Order: sequence, then C-alpha cells, then structure tokens
Amino acid sequence: MRVAVIGAGVAGLVTALELAERGVAVELFERAAALGQQACSWAAGGMLAPWCERESADEAVVTLGRQALGWWPRRYPGTRVHGTLVLAPVRDAGELTRFSARTSGFERLDADGVAVLEPDLAGRFRQGLFFEQEAHLDPRLAMAALAEALRAAGVPIHYGVEADETALDADRIVDCRGLAARDQIGELRGVRGEMLVLRTDEISLSRPVRLLHPRIPLYVVPRSNGHFMIGATMIESDDRSRVSARSAIELLSAAYALHPAFGEAEIVELRADVRPAFPDNLPRIVEDGRILRFNGLFRHGFLLSPALAGQAADRLLASRELPDADYRQRRHA
Amino acid sequence: MDFYGFIPRSRLFLGTAQYPSPAVLQRAVEAAGVDVVTVSLRREAGRLGGGQDFWALIRGLGVRVLPNTAGCHSVKEAVTTAQMAREVFGTPWIKLEVIGEADTLQPDVFGLTEAARILCAEGFEVFPYMTEDLVVAERLVEAGCRVLMPWGAPIGTGKGLNNPYGLRALRAHFPDIPLVVDAGIGLPSHAAAAMELGYDAVLLNTAVAKAGDPAAMAAAFARAVEAGRLAFEAGPMEPRDMAAPSTPVLGRALLG
Repeated sequence: MRVAVIGAGVAGLVTALELAERGVAVELFERAAALGQQACSWAAGGMLAPWCERESADEAVVTLGRQALGWWPRRYPGTRVHGTLVLAPVRDAGELTRFSARTSGFERLDADGVAVLEPDLAGRFRQGLFFEQEAHLDPRLAMAALAEALRAAGVPIHYGVEADETALDADRIVDCRGLAARDQIGELRGVRGEMLVLRTDEISLSRPVRLLHPRIPLYVVPRSNGHFMIGATMIESDDRSRVSARSAIELLSAAYALHPAFGEAEIVELRADVRPAFPDNLPRIVEDGRILRFNGLFRHGFLLSPALAGQAADRLLASRELPDADYRQRRHA
Repeated sequence: MDFYGFIPRSRLFLGTAQYPSPAVLQRAVEAAGVDVVTVSLRREAGRLGGGQDFWALIRGLGVRVLPNTAGCHSVKEAVTTAQMAREVFGTPWIKLEVIGEADTLQPDVFGLTEAARILCAEGFEVFPYMTEDLVVAERLVEAGCRVLMPWGAPIGTGKGLNNPYGLRALRAHFPDIPLVVDAGIGLPSHAAAAMELGYDAVLLNTAVAKAGDPAAMAAAFARAVEAGRLAFEAGPMEPRDMAAPSTPVLGRALLG
C-alpha cells in the first residue's frame, strides 16, 4: 500500500512518520516552499500539557494527550519533561481555585515551593500548582527533527506542491491540510491565535508557566538562548492579518506581570495564525472514499497529533488484509 | 411584557462567550430552553470580518440573536459596531455597551445615552447596559429605549445583586418598561432574587460558560429564573419581626 500525506504541519509530519515506522510506503506533499512557512504549527506553544488543558477541554484531551508524552521524547530528544507551573496574581487567587477544581495530576505549592522550581520567580507568587508529568518542546525544532527522521526513513517530502487529491498516484491519502481543507470538511472553523517571542537573559525558566487571569490568561514557554514564547489569544475569527496592537499590549502586559524582566526583553517575533477546529474543539478523522481527513487539532496540535496519527495509521492498516511481515515484526519487537 | 414586540418563552438570556467550545454552548442553550442569546461583534470581527464561522454557528442555534457592542469604549465605536451587527445578523436589536472604566467595566452612562439617542433615531431597538441610576434610566427612555438593562454587579464578578434597593426603586419607577438584570450574576439564587424583585428577565454569561458543567448550570439558572418569576407573580408574603405559628397553639395564653 502506498500512502500520500498532504500537508506538512504537525499533523502531516507525525502521520507520515507513524506510517513509515509501521513499514508503509509514504510520500508527503506540502504546498509551501519550506518547512513551516504556511503551517499554523509554526506558531504553536509546544506544550504537552494534557492535565492543564483539562481546565477547558474535554476528558478526551487527557486520555489522548497522554500518548504524546511517550511519543515525542523518542522522536525528538529536545522534549523536556519538566512539568508545568500554574500561577495567579494574589488578587486573582480565585482563578487558581477554579483551575485546581477542574484539573488533576498536580501538587500545590506555596511561595517556597514556587521559588525552588523557578528561582527567578521567588517572592512574586504565594501559591501555585505544579503539574509534574507535563512536558514541552520547541515546535520548530521538533518539526525539523521529524522532517529529518522522514528523510532518514526514505520518505520523500515534496515542498512547493499543491497536491491534487483526485490525481495523486497513491492507494490511500491522508489529508492533513488544516484549515486549507475547509471546503472538503463541513463544520471546520478558524480560531485566531496571536503569539510573540521575546528574548532576554535577565530571567530564566525551566518549564512553561501559565499565569491565570480572568481577562488575559497567558503562558510563557522557555526556549533556547534566552527566547520565550508568549501566547496566546483565542479569537473566534479566521482573520490571518498581523497581530493587533491590543493583543500585543495584553500579552506584553501579562508577561510583564509575571516578571518585570520581560519589560526589558527584545521583541523577536509577533505572529498571528488560525487554528482549525470542529464545533467541539476536538480533532476528528473522517473517511471520504480513499481519503482519510485528519483535522481540527485546534490548540492541541503537538499534544494530540500522536494519538490521532496512530488512529489514522490503524485505520489504513486495518483496511489492508494482512500487515506485512516487517510491520508485524516491528509491532512485536 | 414584551421586548420590542418579542415575547420570549424563557426569561433567561445567555451570553455566548468563553464556553469551552461551540458544542458546549449549544448544549447549554438547549438545556436551558433559552431563546435569546447575545453575541459580541467587536473582537471577533477582526479587521477583515473574520468572525463569519462563529456567527454562522450562533445563527444555527435557531434562537433570537441580540448582538452586543461589548468592548466598545466610545460612542463612535459603539455606533459603528451596532451598524455592523445589523448587517451581520439582520436584526435591529442591539445590546448597547459603552464601557467607561477599565477595571470595573462600568458603563459610561454619558456616552451610553448619547449612543442610544443616535441608534434609536436610526431605527435600532436598543437594550442599554446601564447602572441602576434612575436619572440615567429616564434619559435612556427619553432617547427611545423600550428596554433597560441595569447591572447586578460588575461584568464577570459573579457577586450577585450589589444594590437590591436601587434595583427595586428602578422597578417601581418604570412599571411599564421591561427590565433585565444584566451582568454580575454568579449563582441561580442571584437570578431568582432578581426575578423576585419583579424583573422581566436575567442576562448572564460567565456563570454558565465557566461552570464545570455549563449545560447543567444553564438548566439550573433556567429553573431559578422560572421560580423567581413564579414567586413574584404569586405575591410573596411580607417579612415581620414577630414569629407567627403556622398552626394554632392551643392551651397557651394568647397575650403574655
């Protein structure tokens, strides 16, 4: 069986690699000329935080998302399992109570506990929640690592090709185009997100920090060389225009509230993109003839891709009469 | 009592922001049997009118849409947003919000009355979000508003009815204008209390959207609103200081 995967965002890359690892002949098609240029995954936070996400997401995000914690470290060694720290300003302590009532898998911290985990935040917060099992990664490096793994596995990635699903020479197709597949998938909508990247040497963090706030919830994800990803707005719109001044002000002031050192940081990047989502904000795999449409990862691209790509691969392989010997061997290895 | 000619089945109006997903919003609307929802245009519109998908979902709920001008801080912004809302949803209804103070999101009552005057003159049916101030209420009615929506407490605080005296006075002053408590409601008991004061409806968002189970909370609010209304219509007893046994006490002196 030969499979064509369309779209080299996180969904397409993970699906192609999952299939290749199971011994399927795969090719990957990407409309952009280079990795990430037109993928909303490029703007992602890269938090593997299923327990935190439960605050506003369905239980399925926890059960499916846990699989990511095993999947990513084996494919991308830069994955850091340092947990997530959730904080709230003193005046919004009620937000922390609410967050803890919705989630599980955390330990409560007092001011000393926060200081032990993140010394640079010492004295700034009186209480926090620590989700020890969660992880984070740099989405761009992780995507590059998957592209490299695909190359090593002999999977061709065709950049700059707008694949025509009716003409592709393949037995099966997995459509991972995100919002670009909207005409083929009813109910898919866009949810705009805006993020920025700051650089400063005045503060260092070891793990993603979420700062709860009734109006402007914020997360800060540390990346290498003093870079911090600050995110992200959630706006019911498919407008892809550049970051609005208001959103930038809100994100920056929330970052400043987390630590004044961010006030002195360089603004390295401002980016807006649109997440594909179904009405329940959960991803789906939809059968459409020889095509499987895998879409709607919403804000959970890196978190839910492994589980969904596994399901897509299971479906494709189940449609074959017998898995080949190679695949069986691998599976029982 | 009607809202510009519309008589809703439910006296609970719901906001559509902050739900975990549109699917959860839909379940909440169904669970509460709500037939008026309010939707914000300003933020979702973006600069290119990118909110079409979400608005289509709202229209798909099959209920009356009360577009709002949430997030507007000036008369001009509010008027422009109202005009856009009329185009997007094809309704003359507009929930008019002109925010005057960033921390409490308190309405700017001066800008509000000015915007109300402009919009009423343009044929809009205005639902003004206001404080419980009687003089402001008079000005809004003069401007052409036929519904008034005083706050219970600042938006999103869930503190309930901060000034029951003021709300009662407003009700007494405007017996013939439909009154809606809008904002600040945190619990079904707050909603019931508003209805017991004789208010015609309650509008809320955060208390349902941010509940652990929004659909169940919406159903709880629907029942509280119904109970409060029924109690108001039934004629509540007057509280008194002296205990009065509900069954006769025999064998005791009546006056002691």
